[in-house]
Amino acid sequence: MNPSTDSRAGDARSEVHAQRSPAPVRLSVDLASYSYQPGGGAAPLFTLEATSFEVRQRELVAILGPNGSGKSTLLKLLSGMLQPLSGRVQLEGFEVARLDPRTRAQRIAVVQQETPLLFPIRVWEYVQQGRHPYTRGMRFESDEDRRIADRALAEAGADHLKDRWMHRISGGEKQRAILARALTQQPMLLLLDEPTLHLDIAAQVDLLRRLRRLAARNSYSVVVVTHEVNLAAEFADRVVLLDRGKMLRVGTPAEVYQQDLLQQVFGTLLRVDHNAEGTPKVAFSGKEA
Amino acid sequence: MRPLTPIRLLLICTILAGVLLVVALVSMKFGTRSIPLADLTSVLYHTATGQNDQISSDYRVILFEIRWPRILLAMIVGAALSVAGASFQALLRNPLADPYVLGVSSGAALGAILALIWAPHTPGVTPLAAFAGAAVASAAVYFLGRRGGYLDSFALLLGGIITASFLSAVIMFLMTVIPGSDLRGMAFWLMGDLQTASPVSPRWLLLVVLATIGAIYTTAADLNLLMAGEQEALHLGVDVTRVKIVVYLGASILTGVAVAVSGAIGYVGLLVPHLIRIIFGSDYRVLIPATALGGAIAVVLADTLARTLVSPIELPVGAMTAMVGAPMFIYLLRRRVE
Repeated sequence: MNPSTDSRAGDARSEVHAQRSPAPVRLSVDLASYSYQPGGGAAPLFTLEATSFEVRQRELVAILGPNGSGKSTLLKLLSGMLQPLSGRVQLEGFEVARLDPRTRAQRIAVVQQETPLLFPIRVWEYVQQGRHPYTRGMRFESDEDRRIADRALAEAGADHLKDRWMHRISGGEKQRAILARALTQQPMLLLLDEPTLHLDIAAQVDLLRRLRRLAARNSYSVVVVTHEVNLAAEFADRVVLLDRGKMLRVGTPAEVYQQDLLQQVFGTLLRVDHNAEGTPKVAFSGKEA
Repeated sequence: MRPLTPIRLLLICTILAGVLLVVALVSMKFGTRSIPLADLTSVLYHTATGQNDQISSDYRVILFEIRWPRILLAMIVGAALSVAGASFQALLRNPLADPYVLGVSSGAALGAILALIWAPHTPGVTPLAAFAGAAVASAAVYFLGRRGGYLDSFALLLGGIITASFLSAVIMFLMTVIPGSDLRGMAFWLMGDLQTASPVSPRWLLLVVLATIGAIYTTAADLNLLMAGEQEALHLGVDVTRVKIVVYLGASILTGVAVAVSGAIGYVGLLVPHLIRIIFGSDYRVLIPATALGGAIAVVLADTLARTLVSPIELPVGAMTAMVGAPMFIYLLRRRVE
């Protein structure tokens, strides 16, 4: 990552920080827990213990943790795919799991890791699917729908891909198309599950910078599940740190990124440095303890 | 490719309806006795203008009592099987799904045969029993294809093939032990056959098939999203459970009706949706009506060939579709594996 990149990302965030204090809470997670029951009274397969945090308007929150820490379960609670066993997950006062699917899709857009496609489809067709929660009847897209899809393509940096086939574009390009479809839903909350998984470093930075900009401009709230500690430190307003189904810490990256804590969570030796702006940097030590 | 508008949809359907009309006319012309084009035109002209007394009784019998009812039946069956195939493909998220390959047709055939054994003289019971058989078989295949909560493409196909061969064995057993059953006729019917008169009036068949296709069509936009997975569809606001129930029941009814009147005509539900996708794209809002018309065209063509290829002997129409369909299935399967 080059230095100019860092400072620009920092600027974007301080800009948002300045606006943050009056921004209302959009998503509130209040002691939400979940547990996968195998049935027959056996011990649960996995339990996510009571988790609480808030996401405000225009905020980007990262859910951070190693594999098996409960990130995906938490994301399913946020998207309303799972109903919490106890506690609440509310979007502007409504319990997300109880919203009807259409209403939920108008408010929450989910970007998944990969999108399996059975038959070839063009990028513009794919992106237009994001209008589905708004169309009625025989569901032909209106000019308005097409306009919204075009704007989303531009915002996701995918307008040049419009007429390409979804299965013929690269991983980074596909990620943009998927993001464009999510933006076409015109959500208030954008949830992304490991969006940087198959991207190279330039595409990762580009995506997160784009998300920051979109959050500020369109007043989305963005929640990103990731295990990329440095990307989260660089771009997130706040970080929710999970480990083995427990929420360990919520706070700004500077608050959460403590050397002992991260070493314990990720189970490896690492060093945390803070730069002049207070952004933590995690370095992995090559030496044995 | 241009965006889908109602006008574009109408245009596609008009073109296909035109092709269907031409194919139907060709089918009326050819047979054991080929009718000169001039005669055919004049007969049709006289029918259209209500001058029925101008038509020779020979032609009336051949064209309107023998050929036309059979063409109509072929259209209904073709539309039903093709839309059933397209529906199963979305429901099971498997491009190789087809009522015949999945064993759903065999389930319907078993239902129909049981109805013929137990209640041979009650008219409406055969299609109902065939529908029940189709519904049970597709549910069985669905659960055979599930592995750890997910539909496994190959487990599903294998489950279907096993189901089909098991049910065929049961049918063979019944046909052998039940005295007085017309074995040759049954065997023909199992290969798919439009010769035998339909047990239900074509008007009712047409009504049921159109209504069912209409019901499935209301979920067309949802099916586009369901193709990418239930989770994706849910995230985009699809009421997945409702859509799955409508499509599952609809596809079972269509298969049941088709099998009850014409036996197990194979591969139509696989071939037609694929060809339509290649030509018009895979949007279900086009795919369903275009597939219905395309299926009607395909089965009328296949039946015309079956009647005329080795005339005066008739082949079962299912043999015709399988001869084209089976190699196509292998091709699609191999292309998918690569």
